Amino acid sequence: MKPAAFDYCAPATLPEVVDLLSAADAAVIAGGQSLMPLLAFRLAVPSLLVDLRRVPGLDTIAIDDSGVRLGAKVRWCDIEENDRLATAHPLLREAVAHVAHYAIRNRGTVGGSLAHADPAAELPGIAVTCDAEIVLFGASGERVVAAAEFFTGPLSTARQSDEVITELRLPAWPERRRWAFREFSQRQGDFALAGVALFYDGDAQGRAHDAHVGVIGACDRPQRLPIVEAILNGATVGDVLIREAAALAAQAVDPPADLHADVAYRRALIATLVERALRAAQARRP
Amino acid sequence: MRVCFEVNGKAVEVDVEPRTHLADCLREVLRLTGTHLGCEHGVCGACTVIVDGAAVRSCLMLAVQAECSSVVTVEGLSNDEALTPLQTAFRKHHGLQCGFCTPGMLTTAHALLTDEPDADADRIREVLSGNLCRCTGYIGIVEAVLEARVAYRKTPPR
Repeated sequence: MKPAAFDYCAPATLPEVVDLLSAADAAVIAGGQSLMPLLAFRLAVPSLLVDLRRVPGLDTIAIDDSGVRLGAKVRWCDIEENDRLATAHPLLREAVAHVAHYAIRNRGTVGGSLAHADPAAELPGIAVTCDAEIVLFGASGERVVAAAEFFTGPLSTARQSDEVITELRLPAWPERRRWAFREFSQRQGDFALAGVALFYDGDAQGRAHDAHVGVIGACDRPQRLPIVEAILNGATVGDVLIREAAALAAQAVDPPADLHADVAYRRALIATLVERALRAAQARRP
Repeated sequence: MRVCFEVNGKAVEVDVEPRTHLADCLREVLRLTGTHLGCEHGVCGACTVIVDGAAVRSCLMLAVQAECSSVVTVEGLSNDEALTPLQTAFRKHHGLQCGFCTPGMLTTAHALLTDEPDADADRIREVLSGNLCRCTGYIGIVEAVLEARVAYRKTPPR
């Protein structure tokens, strides 16, 4: 449980971070709540750790008409304590309330969770569900990647080894949107066996449109389920449709099997969670 | 690497390998063995210490990352002469048996009650869910933290 030896730098600017990343087999560390266990198990054996702790300006939560921008060093506890997010992005707040435990929430960061890309992690799920953008800084400057293209597989992303995540951009959240987040984990704070984030807006006739249904722990990466979204769009969300959507979701996912749950169990779990989430969203007073 | 920080109110300077986590630094270099190491990958909570006022896993933080920080360990909760109200409540409610998880329980509860002296039983259970106890179960621990709240309402945070 001791990491292999590595060098350590804590530069004060992003260009220095990128220089260091391109010069060696390096890993970025901030809160370290995902990376430190990987180092302890020697699943990651970088020769250099580049710490973001002295880089200024990555720790702000910005809320305006364009949406919510979370700096890479924003911690879970910062999101929890930001009351403006309750209206600016209630889905984000609800999902983040499920992330890990008290002490881990004091150090775990937005950038760390995105870079680690666990298929069952909440924030990557929210990023994909909401069509968020991830901002990367590298040797040739800044580039912006859509969340759907950023996550490429379990613990794999489109981030190049000499790039660092600087920001997550979530589109603006309309006031009257219907939404819900549901996940199931064996113990409080554990990674979910599976989870669902969804939202839709309503038209004057009470029909759903612009439905977004995203799942975590259900595929090799967080994914939206277009086939489920399609039957919700233009329809009135009621009992029959909810059950149909749940059944479709169970077929649409490609869940992993492990010690805790086999494929059939996870499919059934996704159906149940989609059903519960849709009922909760529909019951929400817009 | 040389690192300077503060532990339990005293300035310290240590020379550690970058890979040394804060828990090993506290135990092996500074000989503060009150901080216990269980799983060493962030699951059990036994190694919880308070860094700049926040409870953190000292196995999930490098000692070099503590530069310029203020660290409080279980040794720093009392003045060595008398138990704190939180510690007294743990004894009264049988909130420990073998004692292995106790340092993490105490530091976590201390950080919580310092910030939230009115935390209810649900909140206390949610926060302590990150700390594993394998002997007493949690009822006595939760009762102890509930009872200790009154002391945090009266005294300013240390």
